[in-house]
Amino acid sequence: MDQEPRAVPEARESLPPLTQPSGQLDKLAGLYRQMFLIRRVEEECARAYAEGKIGGFLHLYIGQEAVAVGALAALRHDDYVMTTYRDHGMALAKGMSARTLMAELWGKQTGCSQGLGGSMHLFDAKNSMLGGYGIVGGHIPLAAGVAFASKYRADGKVTLCFFGEGAVSIGGFHEGLSLAALWKLPIVFICENNEYSMGTPLSRSMSVEDVSMKALGYGIDRDRFFVDDVLEVEKRIGEAVQRARELSLPTLVEVRTYRFRGHSMSDPAKYRTKDELELQKKKDPLARARQKLVADGYGDARLEQMEKEIEAEVADAVKFADESPEPDASILEATTYVGPFAS
Amino acid sequence: MPEMNMVGAINDALRHEMRKDPRVLVMGEDVGKVGGVFRVTQGLFEEFGEDRVIDTPLSEGGIIGTAIGMALYGLVPVPEIQFADFIYPAFDQIVSELAKMRYRSGGEYASKIVIRSPVGGGIRGGHYHSQSPEALFIHTAGLKVVCPSNPYDAKGLLLASIRDPDPVLFFEPKRVYRAAKGDVPEGDYTVELGKAAVTRPGKHVTVIAWGAMLYEALAAADEAAKQGVECEVLDLRTLWPVDIDAIVASVKKTGRVVVVHEAPKTCGFGAELVALINEKAFVHLEAPPIRVAGFDTPFPYSLEMEYLPLAHRILPAVLDTARF
Repeated sequence: MDQEPRAVPEARESLPPLTQPSGQLDKLAGLYRQMFLIRRVEEECARAYAEGKIGGFLHLYIGQEAVAVGALAALRHDDYVMTTYRDHGMALAKGMSARTLMAELWGKQTGCSQGLGGSMHLFDAKNSMLGGYGIVGGHIPLAAGVAFASKYRADGKVTLCFFGEGAVSIGGFHEGLSLAALWKLPIVFICENNEYSMGTPLSRSMSVEDVSMKALGYGIDRDRFFVDDVLEVEKRIGEAVQRARELSLPTLVEVRTYRFRGHSMSDPAKYRTKDELELQKKKDPLARARQKLVADGYGDARLEQMEKEIEAEVADAVKFADESPEPDASILEATTYVGPFAS
Repeated sequence: MPEMNMVGAINDALRHEMRKDPRVLVMGEDVGKVGGVFRVTQGLFEEFGEDRVIDTPLSEGGIIGTAIGMALYGLVPVPEIQFADFIYPAFDQIVSELAKMRYRSGGEYASKIVIRSPVGGGIRGGHYHSQSPEALFIHTAGLKVVCPSNPYDAKGLLLASIRDPDPVLFFEPKRVYRAAKGDVPEGDYTVELGKAAVTRPGKHVTVIAWGAMLYEALAAADEAAKQGVECEVLDLRTLWPVDIDAIVASVKKTGRVVVVHEAPKTCGFGAELVALINEKAFVHLEAPPIRVAGFDTPFPYSLEMEYLPLAHRILPAVLDTARF
């Protein structure tokens, strides 16, 4: 078992080059398409939130898209994914349509959970998307249970469980890792470390900032890297997925990423400087993927055509969500218990 | 028909269902090789092996959390929480995830598990081995709550709970684990969830109880009968969904109600029962409904027999309401 983490610089002077092998241009274009869709869907969600079409809380994934898209590219379609309340990117990358997602955020009957869940609870059974979870860390033991079921049935499936670094201080994280390690489950725990637990920076919330170190106590493999290149994410997560699928062993992967927006729409993110944000935006994996496509000759015209298609897809989804009906109140009891209920 | 105690009947139900359905598995602290702290799962490890009778670390949130995950794709875990008092570390998993899974996913997913746990006082367990937390879970929409009082019901209700599509908390009154004995049929049968039983018919006062306190209600009823007061004793069996029809039918007959439970009085399930009776049978009442319950204190070690609503506390309540 490899217990030594790969060397990870804490701060970098310059970005390493994107290094996907030649012949992967179409693949990168496909991943870029997904990332761009997520970005544009969320930008429109932010607009809809400001217009009052989306209520409550809205946690945007903008800046972190390469994590979901790269990681899920390493999966088979029937592998399982469970994530946090910051789940829009994950649901889209797993195959949910923009229409279904936006209708859910709009609280409409045509949403993935019939409008009952909203932004933080995106479930999609046909794409094996096991939900976004609003209680930080609460879903980590659940994901271990899903992986147990795969092992019990020998169905060959792998479970990816995503969470933020804020969840690492919660009991559920440790109980989930403890049992997954004990039972040797086919699961990959992916910590999306975006440096802020809501508004509290890493340095003030964790005694050891290297989250991957937590794997040592449970005797499981670990990895740790920065998200610069969506193809590198696929490769690194792919190694852990392979370990899960072939050896039925869990891995803890810490992915260093950054969110460009506040924790939620109501968070102006005054806990960080403009300079810090601008520096991070220069590393935007989405923009870097696009630059790479241009540099490698994918073609401006093709890229623009792709982006135009996505703009149309997003506009259609907004219209669909706007025009969809709200759920009827009769749905409440029917989704709480099976069958009629007393009192 | 063999005579069994509660422990044997629950063990029989688990064994029966595990033989029948490979999706059913048992998990918890010491449930495997040890056979459970009360020996309820004894012999299952030997018959079904470590893959289906799983010894877990002390990790209630992990036990219930992983059980919920196992159930998302169709396994039917029956986790044991060693004492109901230890359920609180898993409270978030039960209330936030288990109870709401069907709702949150718009019906796409459901997590069907049966949480077994010994409940109640009477074994000098003190405040961490005696509590009755049923009201917390009845209050949580999405859960069903069961508490049998005898071996026949224990087996039949547990089989019904495992086959029910909703998550169930199955509380086992540890005070009568071995004291309550009775005939238990071999093989398959179920006791329908949501149905109370009239354990003793009567016409003057309805006494509602469940679990170990049923026997105290019956003892009080015997004493009351000597003074000319005939109690109708209802064993709720399933606490939620509650059999309100059976309660209303009895109250229409007697016009007088005493509710008995071990949990503290304030916001205990008795409060909900009295509210329901007021809403649905107010015009039939001849006296204010009365609760005989645990005190609003931690569960005591040395004053256990004062805290518990035993027959000597139920009897005066019955006579008072009869004479109101």
